[in-house]
Amino acid sequence: MSQLELKSGVTHAEQAHEVHEKPNYLNHDHSVMSWLYTLDHKRIGILYLVSITAMFILGGIMAALVRVELSTPKGDFLTADTYNKSFTAHGVIMLFFFLIPSIPAVMGNFALPLMIGARDVAFPRLNLLSYYLYALGAGIGMVALLYGGVDTGWTFYTPYSSTYSNSYVTVMAVGLFCIGFSSILTGLNFVVTVHRMRCPGLTWFRLPLFIWAIYATSVVQLLGTPVIAITLALLGVERTLGVGIFDPRLGGDPVLFQHMFWFYSHPAVYIMILPSLGLISEVIATFSRKNVFGYKIIALSSVTIAVFGFIVWAHHMFTTGISPYAAMVFSFLTFSVAIPSGIKVFTWLATMYKGAISFETPMIYGIAFIGLFTIGGVTGLYLSTLGMDIHLHDTYFVVAHFHYIMVGGAILGFMAGLHFWWPKITGRMYSDFWGKLGAGIIFIGFNFTFFPQFILGYLGMPRRYHEYPEELQLLNVMSSAGATILAIGYTLPLIYLTHSFFWGEKAGKNPWGATTLDWTATDSPPSPHNFDQIPVVTEEPYHFERKEAGVVSH
Amino acid sequence: MSAIEETEHGHGHNKNLAHHFDTLEQQHEANTLGMWAFLLTEVLFFGGLFAAYTVYRYKYSAVFEEASNLLDITLGAVNTAILIGSSLTMALAVRNSQLGNSTKTGHWLVLTIIFGMGFLGVKYFEWKHDYDIHLMPGKNFFHWQFAKKAKEIHTKEHSHRLPGPQDGVLKDDDPSLGVKARLESEQARLFYLLYFCMTSLHALHMVVGFGIIGVIAWKAYSGVFSPDYYTPVEIIGLYWHFVDIVWIFLFPLLYLLGAHLGH
Ligand SMILES: [Cu+2]
Repeated sequence: MSQLELKSGVTHAEQAHEVHEKPNYLNHDHSVMSWLYTLDHKRIGILYLVSITAMFILGGIMAALVRVELSTPKGDFLTADTYNKSFTAHGVIMLFFFLIPSIPAVMGNFALPLMIGARDVAFPRLNLLSYYLYALGAGIGMVALLYGGVDTGWTFYTPYSSTYSNSYVTVMAVGLFCIGFSSILTGLNFVVTVHRMRCPGLTWFRLPLFIWAIYATSVVQLLGTPVIAITLALLGVERTLGVGIFDPRLGGDPVLFQHMFWFYSHPAVYIMILPSLGLISEVIATFSRKNVFGYKIIALSSVTIAVFGFIVWAHHMFTTGISPYAAMVFSFLTFSVAIPSGIKVFTWLATMYKGAISFETPMIYGIAFIGLFTIGGVTGLYLSTLGMDIHLHDTYFVVAHFHYIMVGGAILGFMAGLHFWWPKITGRMYSDFWGKLGAGIIFIGFNFTFFPQFILGYLGMPRRYHEYPEELQLLNVMSSAGATILAIGYTLPLIYLTHSFFWGEKAGKNPWGATTLDWTATDSPPSPHNFDQIPVVTEEPYHFERKEAGVVSH
Repeated sequence: MSAIEETEHGHGHNKNLAHHFDTLEQQHEANTLGMWAFLLTEVLFFGGLFAAYTVYRYKYSAVFEEASNLLDITLGAVNTAILIGSSLTMALAVRNSQLGNSTKTGHWLVLTIIFGMGFLGVKYFEWKHDYDIHLMPGKNFFHWQFAKKAKEIHTKEHSHRLPGPQDGVLKDDDPSLGVKARLESEQARLFYLLYFCMTSLHALHMVVGFGIIGVIAWKAYSGVFSPDYYTPVEIIGLYWHFVDIVWIFLFPLLYLLGAHLGH
């Protein structure tokens, strides 16, 4: 990388005297208050990054408890009750406290204004408020967990969460309510930012694909989240007043809860996966050094996925006795989601075809993502098939399917993004060797953990039980062993990225030779106000052929 | 637009322009779009309640109509008129701020708050009455037979007397009433649950509105707004009209179900 430093004008002599460096957003003010009261989107992104990492570790510990229990057929490590609380905590923490804010709030906050040539998001104060709402919600959630946790499963289905629950459901609901509003405010901010803050010349079809994805995500956040907020509020009312809006003994309808819950929670899957899809488009294009294949189709497929996301929710409810005609329509619509998703996979492959591919860490994650996301997507079609779903509903097949999407898709996308933008965020490179090793271990560990679960589910092992028949032990042990490998894989980035933050080589402005504004028009790390001069865009993104000329290639 | 000189860093000299915007026009458009996006969220937020309402309205239509008849249509109609009046004053406030009449803007905003408070005043008496006749949905509080008797007394005797021991009101789950009456009580309670959830959420939005309108009125009196800069008045106007429109939907849905005005 050292030749790049020279290119970007940072000489070794200057590195020795850091005081002479141009101030960047990390070092222009070191005080704690300058971080806690910051209105800078980049710093808010970092605040989120630190918080969600903590949440990820906590959620991982909960998963470890579950996998230890399941390594033997008997329920000998945890009681049934503790087991319920463990997997509920795992689900709630990973989904609401980690995944929902992960890419939108971390990568979106950091990269969105840089990529569209803006000085900040449209509402910096709202952005900080959004972070503190998240922190408050997560704090309340932690209180609920410390006082004994919640045993309902992450879906809070009534009557588990109303009649039959004596755990801290209301407290948790309040926490999630806050997180929901944090998510709404982030989405609102990004929608307005994309509409109104683009730099001169940056038309809609010149936007980087990550922006399209984050825009579609933000719309989902805006439209879906309020519904879960009001649903949880009604659940709270039901629990505190002892009235039965979802309780059949009091005239209520528990299936209504499921409808309202999934009206948000299916689109919420797209809040988690859509930004990853966008990010992978950036990574694939950059490391194939080629214009993306079918730019407009990829851009619009993000929007299509967001729209379809709102009309498929009842595929979670095929076994609840909804009308068979409704079930058929929802099954058909669910199949249709495969079209825009498939388009994305094939356009990535077409982009890589005959590209000058270099296999650096983000690209390794990107390729792993394509494979795992495809498996997750295709198994989703099994589940949207009405007859098949009756057999597979509530089994480990479902668990495996959504972990292929959530972990193999969303988290690997997050890792790809983190490794892609790390040089921009910190101004330093990490060890590519350790990065690739980590990616490889995660890939192997992940498949070992979750592939056996497809088979377990097909054999009929139901989810959410702490015991199982002895003949299923081999596959469960494989899964638990895989989880151990996965844990090692996740630990590595914590170590080498921390090392890189303090001692890594200087990255220079554009170490990957990317073509979007975040790389070409800002320093690494960017200055507090992002750009010395607001850039003017004159062409589509991803013109590697033209931009190549001035960049030292690897 | 305005006479702002842009510097190299895009900072305008206008004190109303935030540093990350280039022009007041961009700032105005961003803020307005932000409010529209927020209102979209609000539509879905109330939408959850409307969806729940629709389901139970369809399921328990007969009891819902009966329960609805216990609400006071006259007070509901008066409140609708008051709220529409407040929307007019708000519109006039926005218009005056655009014309640069800052003091007049303040007057109209204050009048909007007064109308809003009038609405909540009427609402308070309605809620108090609902409470008195045991229509508040709580585990051991809601008493459908009692409320029906109170309505009966009101219609027959034209008095606001509450049913006493002499009226012989039975408990909702009294065996002699049978299963049907118990189900009726549950369904009526669902109606009143939704009624209280929807009207109180609406009232909460009004109270938040008072706070924000108050601050903006104070700014208006100190002459902040001009034809170049009236964004806050415009976006609080959007918010207030939204609150108004929610009520325009709530009024028929809650008060006018199978209503017999002749009663
Ligand atoms: Cu779904």
